[in-house]
Parts: sequence; structure tokens; C-alpha cells
Amino acid sequence: MTRPRAIDCDLHPTPAGLAALVPYLEPYWRDSVEERGMEALESASYPPNAPITARADWRPRGGRAGATLAQLQAEALDRFGAGIGILNCLFPVQLPFSEDMSAAFARALNDWVRAEWLDRDPRLRASIVLPMASPEHAVEEIERLAPDRRFVQGMILAMGEVPAGRRTFWPVYAALERHGLPLAIHAGSAYRHPVTSVGWPSWYLEDYAAHQQGFQSTLASLVTEGVFAKFPGLKVVLLESGVSWLPPFLWRLTKTWKGVRFEVPWVDRPPAEIVRDHVRLTVQPFDAPDDPDLVRRLLDHLRSDELLLWASDWPHWQFDGDAVAPPGLPADLLPRIMVDNPLATYARLREEGVPS
Amino acid sequence: MNVVRPIAAPGRPAVATLGLFDCDIHPRPLSLEEYRPWLSAEMWHRLSTYGIRPRHGFAKGYPFPKAAPLASRRDAWPPGKVPASDLDFLRAQHLDFHGIDIGVLNPLQPSGQGDQNDAFSAAMAYAVNEWQLERWLRDEPRLRASVVVPYEDGEASAREIRRRAGDRRFVQVLLMSRTAEPLGRKRYWPIYEAACEAGLPVAFHAFGYSGWAMTNGGWPSFYIEEVSEHATSCQSQVISLIVEGVFERFPSLRILMIECGFAWIPSVGWRLDKHWRKLKDEVPHLRRAPSEYLRQNFWVSTQPMDEPERPEHLLDVMEWIGWDRILYASDYPHWDFDDPRTAFPAFIPPERRRDIFGANARALYGMPAA
Repeated sequence: MTRPRAIDCDLHPTPAGLAALVPYLEPYWRDSVEERGMEALESASYPPNAPITARADWRPRGGRAGATLAQLQAEALDRFGAGIGILNCLFPVQLPFSEDMSAAFARALNDWVRAEWLDRDPRLRASIVLPMASPEHAVEEIERLAPDRRFVQGMILAMGEVPAGRRTFWPVYAALERHGLPLAIHAGSAYRHPVTSVGWPSWYLEDYAAHQQGFQSTLASLVTEGVFAKFPGLKVVLLESGVSWLPPFLWRLTKTWKGVRFEVPWVDRPPAEIVRDHVRLTVQPFDAPDDPDLVRRLLDHLRSDELLLWASDWPHWQFDGDAVAPPGLPADLLPRIMVDNPLATYARLREEGVPS
Repeated sequence: MNVVRPIAAPGRPAVATLGLFDCDIHPRPLSLEEYRPWLSAEMWHRLSTYGIRPRHGFAKGYPFPKAAPLASRRDAWPPGKVPASDLDFLRAQHLDFHGIDIGVLNPLQPSGQGDQNDAFSAAMAYAVNEWQLERWLRDEPRLRASVVVPYEDGEASAREIRRRAGDRRFVQVLLMSRTAEPLGRKRYWPIYEAACEAGLPVAFHAFGYSGWAMTNGGWPSFYIEEVSEHATSCQSQVISLIVEGVFERFPSLRILMIECGFAWIPSVGWRLDKHWRKLKDEVPHLRRAPSEYLRQNFWVSTQPMDEPERPEHLLDVMEWIGWDRILYASDYPHWDFDDPRTAFPAFIPPERRRDIFGANARALYGMPAA
């Protein structure tokens, strides 16, 4: 039997601009874009010209990185030999303060990715980008798109208005669980708060580094609010999260839980165990040195070979050339990361088998 | 060396042959009246009428109620008093019992640090510093004081540091970890300048209220999250101090992180290095990889000891941080106090534990070996 080919869990198709989404907006919002002179919607998380936002050799002359299917195929899918690629759109529908506008852009974005990407390459799957400013809208969007089995998860950003575990979001998680869709949490912020809990930094480097804190806080919230007790079937996938922060975060949370678990009695087993059962992480960026011995020790701290998922993070610049596998990862772990773990995570990828 | 070593200290670990140095003890006034002798009439009026006004809405009571009254050990309450408000009781229960050679006082609230009003915060800092000397150090040679500073006002903080410079009873400058802006921002640089002049390390202790949400995704619900978020706040401070170039400007600055946890430190360095290699063009003022500043300019205290699921993984992180950078702290009298006899697993080599108990702190604070 041929072994299924790799599953790239984090690809970022990027609309060439706000205008690219206009055909997918409802008439009222199309008019609004024109009448109000909305020319752009870009996130401070990924300034278009910042080096990390797109690898230099993936920036076309006169065009935009990550903007076309041909780019995706040539630069990532074909080049890295993926049998399946999951599209996670980062066009910032989370930024507008109007929840109606946010939901309208989310619908347009999801329809855009379906029409211009999913329909054109059978290897592709996508996230339903969720407008979390309104849980009602988010649930509606799940119900609208879940029948299309090519949508394999719902996606939010690591930093929202209130922590992701809050009960107000639980109808969203109920809908995801009902449809067998993991909750994907991608690096990024809706910028309702500074990217640090001690205020605004001066440098973009700090902003990008701050995702690591955002993921810790989000995960702490999901665990302590009891999301996994309430929705035992829910899986969470952390995208572009880094990896090496996870063990020390879990040690601290688990130790604190032992001391104050009276406060959160629904957390009825150690947080580290809950996270290992429910949470997966993509491997780019891999925030560790290249030293194989150190990486081996770090992986040992994770205490599981089921946690990591393959991802190129295209077109973000995390590695050069074809070094999509982080240096130092043991070779025998790669098949698990590239195929077994994603299949175990995504119920919808198991349905039809994976192209080999 | 002026060390009073008790004859019998049943709570002292045997490996502490180079002294037992506790860099985190929290003294507390029985009432605000204790500060009054060092406050002007105007400031006493403010304190007694309007109270301390931190950057949150709880005039009394905690935003996240603690795990125990005053976050303290149940057995740390002297009869009729509050924990760590009575020198004799603190001596008997902590200094004598554990055989502490030197203990550093870190006054927390009600100290006025992080107050909305800078002038009030400065007046309180002066009073708290005098109070430490008069109330604690005068009669107890084993104790040392921290220079409490009104950190949101860099110039006023520098004045307070210079006032104490040269007074060997003060061993460090004390900040809280949650500040109104990231600690690398220029408004805080007068603190670092004065501390370097005075040869004092700058310690930041977990806690305080920045005025911003406690996570970068909003306010959490629970105390367990507040405790968890100390780590993320401190991570942000480390990142800011490094990326802003503080250590290029003040290469001799030494930062001690108290009660911030430590297992996360290697990961922050690795992450910064990784992204710095891609974003060097933005931060040309950094002449070295971020993790090099982390290794060179930072120290950590142990309480609360990080506890990996497989305890021996502790050896990895302590090695990655640097064995010489790790200092014992008890956090007396708080509920999550680390007993020096039990906080350190036996598989940590005895000479490492010995250094964590004594030699590392003496080196940081510039004290002769015991």
C-alpha cells in the first residue's frame, strides 16, 4: 500500500487586496466598501513588506505573495510534495469593530477561498474563518459551511477581545464539536488589547514574539474555563504557535492547578493531560535551536509524539529553500508529523482517504 | 561578614554549606499607620482618605481573590496580627527555623507601587524604604532591604535609588512585573542608569497591575489564570528589555526576576533568536543574538519551583538557563512558600543546590562568600 502523502496544515492564501473580496460581499457591504471609500484592510500582525510576512523568493514582481493558486502549487504544494493542504486565511476579518461588518467580511472570505481555491485543486481543504466578535454569527457561519466537507476546521486568532475559553463562546464550540470540526487558533490579534499585558511595544519583532504569550493565555483560558470538560470531542489546533513554550507552560499551569483547583472544580485532571489529549501544534515556526540533541530533549519534554503537525506556513518566511522540516527533528518522527498526526486530528481528512 | 547563625536550625538543608540566602521575604505593616512617620501631612491625608489607587477598580479586595487570606500560609499568622508583620514571629518561624543567613525584604502592597498618582507613589516608596530600615533591619542583621521605587516615574525612581546608593543595607531595586508600559521603554531607563551607578541589581517581582488586560487577549476569569499570567507578563518584560536595546545602553545592568517562574526562559530566548534572524533590519541596535543578553544580564529566583511532569526535566532547563543564574527564594509568608528542605529534588546535584542556596545570590549581590 502506498503511504499517503504529507498533509500541510498551515497555508495562507492572501487576497490581493480588499477589492478581491468585493465580488463575494453581499450588495449592502459592496456598496459600503465603495461609498465609504474602504480601500484596504490589513493586519498589523503581518505588515505586507515585513520579512516574515513573505519569503523573498515567494514575492512576485508587481504582485502579492500568496495570492494565486499557481503560486501555492509551485512554491509549496508541489515543491514540498503535499497530498493535502489546509488553507488558513489571515485576511483580518477580526479587526473591524462592527460585528456585522466583521461577519460580512468573514462570509466573503470563506466564499472566496471556496470558489477560488478549493474548487480549483482537489488537494485543498480550508478553515472556516470565524467572526468571533459575535458568537451568533460564528455559529451561523459554521452551520452555513459545515455541509461542505472540504472545510475541515473553524479558525480564530490567538488574541481576541476576551479570552477564548469564556462561556460566551461555548455555542461556537458546541457547533464545532457537533460537526466534527477542530477549533484552530492561529497567531494573530484582533488588537482589542496591546500585544503584551504590560502595554504596547516599540518593535514589530516584539509583536511577532508576543504570539507566544497569546497562545499560553488562550490555552490557559480554554482549560480553566472547562471547555474540554464540556466538549470532550473538541480538538484544538494551534497554528504558527511555536512549540518549545508548551512544556514549561503546562508545568506551571499543572502545578498551580494542584494548589488552587478548588477554584475550577470542572478541571478534574491535570491540565497537561487535558492538553495532550485535545491540543495539537504545527511545527513552523519551530522555536528551538538547530542542535539535534537539544531538540531531542525538548521533544522528550512534550511527552508525546502525537502533538505535532506538519506545516510550511507558506508564504511566511520561517525557513529557506526546502528546509520545511525543522532541523534537528528525528527522521523517524517525520512520518507521524506529516501524515499520522494530521489524520488523527482531522476527522474530515479520514473520510475519503488521502491522495497518495 | 556579619552573619548570625542560629545554633540549631532544624529547617536548614544540609547541603547549604555556603550559606542559606533567601531573596524573597514579604514584610507587611500591621496598619498603614506604620508608614505615617515618613509621610508628609499631605500624603498621609491622601493615603488615609483616598487610599492606594492601583490601575484597576478594586479599592479594597483583590481583583482575583487569593488561595488563602492575605495569600498567606495558615500557620504564618502571629496571634492578633497579620503574616510577616511581627519581627519576632518572622525570626522564629522563618529565619531561625530554616537557618536563613541573609533574607531580602520585598515589600508588596500596600507599598503604593504602580499607583495611578506618581507623586503619591514616590512619597510612599520613600516611606516604605525608611520603614524597612527602622522596623526590620535595625534589629535584625540577617535582613536586607530593597529600594522600593515609584517605577512609573523614572526620574523620581532614580532619585530614590540615588538616595539609597552606598547604603549597604539596600541590596537591590524593586519593581513589580506588571508595569504600565513594557520595561524596555525609555521612560524606565533612568531607573537602570541609577541602578548601574549604584551597583544594584534591578529585581522585578511577579505582580502589580499594568492597567491593561492581564492577557493580550483580554481579562481572564480566575486566580489560577492570574498566577499563570505572571509568566507571560515576565516574558513580555524580558522581550522588551532585550529588544529595546537596554543592555546595549547599560551592559552592566543585572535583572533579577522574582517569583516569575523560570522554565520558560530558554524558550523565549530561542524564539527571539529565531525571529531576530529574520527581522534584524528592524533592530540594528541589537549587536548580539537576543539569547546572549538573556544569558548575560538576567538572574532568576526559584519559588515557585517549576515542576515538570518528569521531574528530571528540571535539569535540562536549569542547565539551559545557567546554573549560576538561579537563586533560592522562599516567598515567606505566602501560601505557595517553598521550604528549602523540600523544594529541590534530590537529583539536583548537591553542589548545584549548595550554589542555589547561597553562592549565586552572594555573587549577584556582590557579597563575600560565606
